[in-house]
Amino acid sequence: MAKAPSKNTGSKSSSSMKREDALKHYRDMLLIRRFEERAGQLYGMGKIAGFCHLYIGQEAVVTGVQACLKEGDQIVTGYRDHGHMLACDMDPKGVMAELTGRADGYSKGKGGSMHMFSKEKNFYGGHGIVGAQVPIGTGMAFSNKYRENDNVCVTYFGDGAANQGQVYESFNMASLWDLPVVYIIENNQYAMGTSVARASAETELFKRGISFEIEGEEVDGMDVYAVKKAAEKAIKYARSGKGPYILEMKTYRYRGHSMSDPAKYRKREEVDDIRTHHDPIDTLKAKIMEAEIADEDELKKIDKEIKELVKEAADFSLDSPEPDPSELWTDVLREVESA
Amino acid sequence: MSIDVLMPALSPTMEEGTLSRWLKQEGDTVSSGDVIAEIETDKATMEVEAVDEGTLAKILVPEGTEGVKVNAVIARLAEEGEDVGDVDDSAPSEAEESQDKADSSDDEAEASDASDASPDDEDADEETAPPEPAAATLKDPQVPEGTSFVDTALRDAIRDAMAEEMRRDESVFVMGEEVAEYQGAYKVTRELLQEFGPKRVVDTPITEHGFAGLGVGAAFGGLRPVVEFMTFNFAMQAIDQIINSAAKTLYMSGGQMGCPIVFRGPNGAASRVGAQHSQDYSSWYAHVPGLKVVAPYDAADAKGLLKAAIRDPNPVIFLEHELLYGESFPVPDVEDYVLPIGKARVRRPGKDVTLVAHSRMVGYALQAAEKLAEDGIEAEVVDLRSLRPLDTDTVVESVKKTNRIVTCEEGWRFMGVGAEICATVMNEAFDYLDAPPTRVHQKDVPLPYAANLEALSLPGTADIIEAAKKVCYV
Ligand SMILES: Cc1ncc(C[n+]2csc(CCOP(=O)(O)OP(=O)(O)O)c2C)c(N)n1
Ligand SMILES: [Mg+2]
Repeated sequence: MAKAPSKNTGSKSSSSMKREDALKHYRDMLLIRRFEERAGQLYGMGKIAGFCHLYIGQEAVVTGVQACLKEGDQIVTGYRDHGHMLACDMDPKGVMAELTGRADGYSKGKGGSMHMFSKEKNFYGGHGIVGAQVPIGTGMAFSNKYRENDNVCVTYFGDGAANQGQVYESFNMASLWDLPVVYIIENNQYAMGTSVARASAETELFKRGISFEIEGEEVDGMDVYAVKKAAEKAIKYARSGKGPYILEMKTYRYRGHSMSDPAKYRKREEVDDIRTHHDPIDTLKAKIMEAEIADEDELKKIDKEIKELVKEAADFSLDSPEPDPSELWTDVLREVESA
Repeated sequence: MSIDVLMPALSPTMEEGTLSRWLKQEGDTVSSGDVIAEIETDKATMEVEAVDEGTLAKILVPEGTEGVKVNAVIARLAEEGEDVGDVDDSAPSEAEESQDKADSSDDEAEASDASDASPDDEDADEETAPPEPAAATLKDPQVPEGTSFVDTALRDAIRDAMAEEMRRDESVFVMGEEVAEYQGAYKVTRELLQEFGPKRVVDTPITEHGFAGLGVGAAFGGLRPVVEFMTFNFAMQAIDQIINSAAKTLYMSGGQMGCPIVFRGPNGAASRVGAQHSQDYSSWYAHVPGLKVVAPYDAADAKGLLKAAIRDPNPVIFLEHELLYGESFPVPDVEDYVLPIGKARVRRPGKDVTLVAHSRMVGYALQAAEKLAEDGIEAEVVDLRSLRPLDTDTVVESVKKTNRIVTCEEGWRFMGVGAEICATVMNEAFDYLDAPPTRVHQKDVPLPYAANLEALSLPGTADIIEAAKKVCYV
C-alpha cells in the first residue's frame, strides 16, 4: 500500500554541502543556462529553425536528478530536451550541431531540436508528441526488470503532458508490475498558454498516482539540493524493486513556450519575481558563498570556462557541413542481418 | 409435430464435427437447458443443450460418428402429448443434401469469376452487390455579377466560416488546445472567445484522444462540434475515436446515429519542425468510408467548404495548411458562401496535360503551369478540394481532353492519393492516355530536419514541371 503523497519543502542543509558536488552542480546548471541562451540567439539569427523550446529556469531539476543516477540508467523526455542531453553528459557540440541541422549533430541533422538521441549516453529522446515519452520510459523500465539489471528509467514530462491518457495507462502498468521507473513531472506552471489550474482538475500533480498506489512527492524544483534529496530517495525506491515513484518538481520557465510564443498569458512581474528570488543558479551561488566553498573569483573562472565551452559548441555547429544529400535515404529501415 | 435437433456449429467457420457422446437416451424426457450430447472438432469440445422440451424420440446419428455436417438433424424430440412412435426416423434424403452441395459449388464458381473481373464483367458484379450510389451533380453557387472580392488571409477565412456558423446555429461550438484564451496556436480562432464566450469556445487540456471522443459524444447528443487539432500530427492520438466512433457509427447503427462533427487543423509539412510534426494525412483519412475529407487551397474555398462541413450531417476531416495561413486570396463578399463538398475546381484550363493537386500543392501546380506555358505546354490544373468524396468525373473529363496526367501531393506516394487517382484514370480513360500517369510526391522517408534534406524531400514546382515534361515527352 502506497503512503500518502507528501510535500517536501526542501533542503536546509547547506552546511553539509560537499565542495566537489556543489561546484559540479553549479557548473552543470550554468552550462545549460548559457547553452540555451546561445541557442536562442542562433535561432534569432536564423541558424536554428522550426520549434526550439528552451529550458532556462528549470536547470535545477535535471541537474539534481541526474546526480543520483548510475551507469546504465536511462533518461527519456519530451521536446524541451537540450538541458537533459547536457546533463547526460552529451557533447554540447553535437547537440548544438543538431539544432543547426548539420552533419555532426547527434541525429546527423535529421532530427532537430525535438528529436535527438544518444544510445551511448542512455538518452532515449527527445519526443515531439506530448506524453508519448511516458509509456516509452515505462517500457524501458520493463526491459530493466525483464533483464534483471538494477537500472532505473527516469521519465520526464510536463504539467500539460500530465493530462494525456497514456500517462495513466502507464502508471497503472508500472505499479501493477512494480517497474523501476521514476516519473518526474516538471511542473513549470504552464503548458503553452494554459496554466495548470485551467487544465487540471487536481492541480497537485504528485497526487496523480494515488489511485494507482504510486507514491508521490512535491519538490522545490528551483533548489538543486531539494531535487537531489527527493530524487535519491525515489530512485533508490525504484531500484530496490518496489516499483514506480512520482516526483512533481515545482519549477518555472523564463522564456516563452517556444521561440515564437509572446507569452502574453502571464505578467512580466511573475517572471521577474521568480528570476530575482528563486533562480536556481543564483540560489546555489549564494549558498556556495555563504558556506565559503568558493569565492566570487573562483565562480567567475567557472563562468568563463562555460562561456568558452558554449562558444566552441556554437562555432562548431555553424562550421559543421549540412548532411550529405545521400543521407536523405539512409536510416529508414535497417538491413536484416544475414544469419 | 416432432422437433428436429440439429448439429450445432462451434464457430462460424465450422462445417462438420464428431458426435462424440449421447448423454440422453431414446425415451428420456428432456427440458430446455439439459445437456443431451457432446460434440467435438479438432479445436474444441462442446455440449449440446436442448432448446425445447419433450421426449427424446429418435437418435438419428449414433455416438462416435465423425464428419457430421453442421445443421444435420441428429435427433428428434416428441412434443408433449405426441406419441414417440409417430416420430419420423428417416434422415433427410441424399437427394436434398447433394442438391445443397451443387448449389454451394455454383456459388464458389461465381465468386471466383467475380474476383477475376474484367471491365465486361461489371454486370456480374452488380448481381452480388448493388452499385455505389452515383455522386449527385454538384455545382458551386453562382456569385452574382458585380460582387466585390475581399482579400482575406486563409486563417481569417477559416475563422470567419466558424464565426458565421456559430452565429447561425447555437449548437455549433469550437473546442481544442489553446483555441480560446490564447486565440489559437496559429491564431485561427482569433476573437471567437470574445464574441461567443467560454461556453462555446472551449480550451481543452492536452488530451486529444479524450476530447476527440468527447466531441463525438457531444455530436451524438445533438451538438455540432468543431474540434481543432493544434496540428493533425496530434490527431494520431485521437484517430481511434475519429475512425471507430465518428466514421462508423452511422453504419453500425443502421442509420440511426449520425455524427455531425468537424475535425480541423493544419495538416502536412510546416517549416523545419522535423518528422513528428510534418506529415500529410490526406490518404489516411480519405481511405475511410464514413468520413468526408476536405483539403482546400485558397481562402474562398476554405470558407465555403468549412461552412458546408459544419452543416454536414457527417464527420468531416478538414485539412488546412499552416504554410498557407498567412497567404491572402480574394473571397467573394456574399451573405452566405457555402460550397458543395465533393466537387473539384478547374483552376486553369489547358489542353496538353492535367495537373491534379490539393491543398498547398495547388499553388505549386499553378506556378508550374505558368512556367510550362512559357515552353508552349498548356497545363490544366484541377484542384480536388475534396478527397472524399473524390470528384473523379472532373479529373477523367480533363484527361480525356489532355491525354496526360500528373498527380501532385505533399504526402508519400505509397498507397497515396495519386495512386487512387491514377487507378481511376486507368480504369475510366485508359484509351485516352498518351503517356503513363505520373505522380509527384514527398520522398519515401520521414521528413528530415536539416534544411537541405528537407528541401530535397518535399515536392515543389520543379518536380511538377519535370513530371509534366516527361509525360509530354519533351
Ligand atoms: C499530442 C500533442 N499535442 C499537442 C502538442 C503541441 N504542444 C507542444 S508542447 C505543448 C505544451 C506542453 O506543456 P507541458 O507538458 O507543460 O510541457 P512544457 O512545454 O511546459 O515543458 C503542446 C500543447 C504536441 N506536441 N503533442
Ligand atoms: Mg509546462
